Amino acid sequence: MTENHHDVTKTFPRYSATFDEFTISQIQRAAATGIYDIRGGGTKRKLPHFDDLLFLGASMSRYPLEGYRERCGTDVVLGTRFAKKPIHLKTPVTIAGMSFGALSAQAKEALGRGASAVGTSTTTGDGGMTPEERGHSSTLVYQYLPSRYGMNPDDLRKADAIEIVVGQGAKPGGGGMLLGQKISARVAKMRDLPEGIDQRSACRHPDWTGPDDLEIKIEELREITNWEKPIYVKVGASRPYYDISLAVKSGADVVVLDGMQGGTAATQEVFIEHVGLPILAAIRPAVQALQDLGMHRKVQLIVSGGIRTGADVAKALALGADAVAIGTAALIALGDQNPDLAAEYAKLGAKPGTYDDWQDGRDPAGITTQDPELAKRLDPILGGRRIANYLSVMTMEAQTIARACGKSHLHNLEPEDLVALTMEAAAMTQLPLAGTNWYPGKAGF
Amino acid sequence: MCGIVGLFIKNPALQPELGRLTSLMLKTMTERGPDSAGFAVYGSPASGQRKMTVRGITDENIGEFEAGFLKTAGGTADAAKHKDHVVLTYASELEPAIRAFVNSFGHGVHFAASGESIELYKGVGLPEDVVARFELEKMQGTHAIGHTRMATESAVTTAGAHPFSTGPDQCLVHNGSLSNHNTLRRRLINEGLTFETENDSEVAAGYLSWRLAQGDKLDQALESSIGELDGFYTFVVGTREGFAVLRDPVACKPAVMAETDDYVAFASEYRAFADLPGIENAKVFEPEPQRVYHWEHAA
Amino acid sequence: MSGTRNTQVFDLSTSNLRELNSRLQNEGPDAAWEIQNPVGRHALAVGLTQPISVTIDGHAGYYAAGMNQRANVVITGNAGQGVGENMMSGSVHVKGNASSSAGATAHGGLLVIDGDAGARCGISIKGADIVVRGSVGHMSAFMAQSGNLVVCGDAGDALGDSLYETRIFVRGNVKGLGADCEEKEMTPEDLAILTSLLSKAGVTDISPSEFRLFGSARKLYHFRVDNASAY
Repeated sequence: MTENHHDVTKTFPRYSATFDEFTISQIQRAAATGIYDIRGGGTKRKLPHFDDLLFLGASMSRYPLEGYRERCGTDVVLGTRFAKKPIHLKTPVTIAGMSFGALSAQAKEALGRGASAVGTSTTTGDGGMTPEERGHSSTLVYQYLPSRYGMNPDDLRKADAIEIVVGQGAKPGGGGMLLGQKISARVAKMRDLPEGIDQRSACRHPDWTGPDDLEIKIEELREITNWEKPIYVKVGASRPYYDISLAVKSGADVVVLDGMQGGTAATQEVFIEHVGLPILAAIRPAVQALQDLGMHRKVQLIVSGGIRTGADVAKALALGADAVAIGTAALIALGDQNPDLAAEYAKLGAKPGTYDDWQDGRDPAGITTQDPELAKRLDPILGGRRIANYLSVMTMEAQTIARACGKSHLHNLEPEDLVALTMEAAAMTQLPLAGTNWYPGKAGF
Repeated sequence: MCGIVGLFIKNPALQPELGRLTSLMLKTMTERGPDSAGFAVYGSPASGQRKMTVRGITDENIGEFEAGFLKTAGGTADAAKHKDHVVLTYASELEPAIRAFVNSFGHGVHFAASGESIELYKGVGLPEDVVARFELEKMQGTHAIGHTRMATESAVTTAGAHPFSTGPDQCLVHNGSLSNHNTLRRRLINEGLTFETENDSEVAAGYLSWRLAQGDKLDQALESSIGELDGFYTFVVGTREGFAVLRDPVACKPAVMAETDDYVAFASEYRAFADLPGIENAKVFEPEPQRVYHWEHAA
Repeated sequence: MSGTRNTQVFDLSTSNLRELNSRLQNEGPDAAWEIQNPVGRHALAVGLTQPISVTIDGHAGYYAAGMNQRANVVITGNAGQGVGENMMSGSVHVKGNASSSAGATAHGGLLVIDGDAGARCGISIKGADIVVRGSVGHMSAFMAQSGNLVVCGDAGDALGDSLYETRIFVRGNVKGLGADCEEKEMTPEDLAILTSLLSKAGVTDISPSEFRLFGSARKLYHFRVDNASAY
């Protein structure tokens, strides 16, 4: 026994892995406020993702194309099934639907400018089409949503394609929200709502439910737009095999599959983190559904939810997608999470990289806000340039990989160009575990 | 996700027209369900006799099947072939023996329905082809129920086509999607029921048969299903005497009914009624949610 | 009425839907059309933009006169789901019954239904006026934002659930009110709106004084813990 025996026998204080700091703060917050946490963005937890896949470059058995010199096509045509006027894009990276309301008018304009500069499309959101957005987007996809806020047949006819939104990756089965802080006079007028109220978006369309009725809805939309415009159907990833099959049976030209990493302007944290499939797990069954119907590459597949780099783009295409859409990444390109704003984020109780109060309307980057002073901080021309730069980099990165795999066009990437790094990724994608010809569920070594 | 039709004849003079009218209604519902179709027709029962519809009959298995059936049934039994279905007629007391024979025969042969008056046909393909294949327009009877299917979460197979029959002279067709059918299926299996498919509609049919076997009347069984079956559904249920309709509390899936002195008709869309006689003067209405509608012939 | 104009006839038993809608959509103002043999076809007379008059002689399927702008469409029979959905202006008059979601999300114009309307009549309307001579089904005016719903008969369960600023006038019985819907005192302004709508809809045999008014209690306009039981 020594004098200081207490110091020797005392255990070091230990945090619980189950009740970690974040969980404790969640419980304490719930107890204090009585209302669940509502936030923006997508999942924050670690999920199986494209990082768990690797490309097999060319060497002896395959021959690569010369980088920068030999042509590697990136264009894609969407809506070839029924529409008289399919969409031709120069790059398969598109901008996902984000509403005016969730985003400032300047942010919407910047997205339109950037997308147009590189020859790709942007998408409206729940709240209607603004003249700024239409004016600055060479190819604009008009979302047709359950709430039908700002839904106008004139805008429908002005659009280049129509996206019927059944669900969203951040909240499959749920409707969105826009909290009162962001219901400015202009937003309220566009949505026919009183100013400043907490607005709940519907989770189901008001005049159809299920694929048999959707087929009739699609016929109506085509009749109103002279069968010209491609009709997309967007679903959140949950039961992709069945959902994609049914979208095709209902008459879609294009299907959009949004994984759980996809962002939202505002919804319950519990929804964002616990409902839906990561995009990595959803693509294979979706492609399988298209193949089983003989519709792969005839009904185009756009995937979204956590796409960040040209590598992600190439991997999504190799798994069978025709194009991808980006949302959160585009906002970051515009200036969301900018380290220069650290002091302002701190005032909101956040740090660059953690800011998720998109529902709050006080975004110091001027992107997810309706406050005119904050919104002014985003220069739409400069923002458009940043978006164009980012889209170009992603496209070039995807080309770099495709050339290394010996492809003269991105759409010739195929699953056999990929291997999985983890058992989980191998099981979800049915790609072989790196260095083997085996994936879980398959016989072999 | 589908199209449903039902026709219940009140005026016996219209009974010879049952098949023709039902086939017209069913064809109109093709776009709602292009994957497969099926129908149940209730004819007039012969006393002391029972009928069983069996499917999966081929040129290869018909000889052995018929011989086995006649051996089991003896004397007055009959087997009438309709493409890949066959309708067996036999003395009522032979029901368990015939059922055991059919269940054990194998070779892709499946029980479809049995009872005093029900005949049940279904197949993969466009409804108009299925209807033509079985010559529905020539069939007569007191009431009929039909279905066109757009498969949602289970495979496009003949087994997955509607109607589902899980009890004597009973059948059910469904438009919608049940959200708790897996749990209910496990519970009903514990109660001794057996299921052929992963289809949610078969579970609904099984649930009703189970309630009826427990002594419920049809309307009681349907009433109790409101609390047990979760999701969105419109059901049309057939029994020997009549038919019943039920919609879930939200009632998103379409349903419209037309009644005259001569008949009661049900359809997913009004246009299925277009060729019914006297439709211009019929009472047309949409069934309310959670309310059991029920029509019966005097037994 | 169209009697004074030269009415053109379109027979759907001999020509197809695409041709019909294409001709109606490209028609100049003041034309009059009669559509024969509609037999419950879907998407009839949708996306019209000109002040023309169209009579659908019989029954219509889903989305008849959908997204109407300025045209006056009469359906002599019954209408399927979503009649006049997202109408912007003009009028739609159903002489028979209408199925569920009649006038869904309509921003403007007048929808008149002589018979009954099914469930969710006037769901999410954003400014349109709807007059139903008969009764409406459950969840009518669900999430309705602005505009007016007039029901001369009875209303089904959960009327006006999650209502915003739409006025609901009901003459008969109300089976039950939805969350955040309450009866309101009828002001002279409300009464004037009701009187005008009855008149526009050609309802001359019913007095505005026989109606009760329902509107939003506005308790669900903000998320509060006290309202949790309403969700």
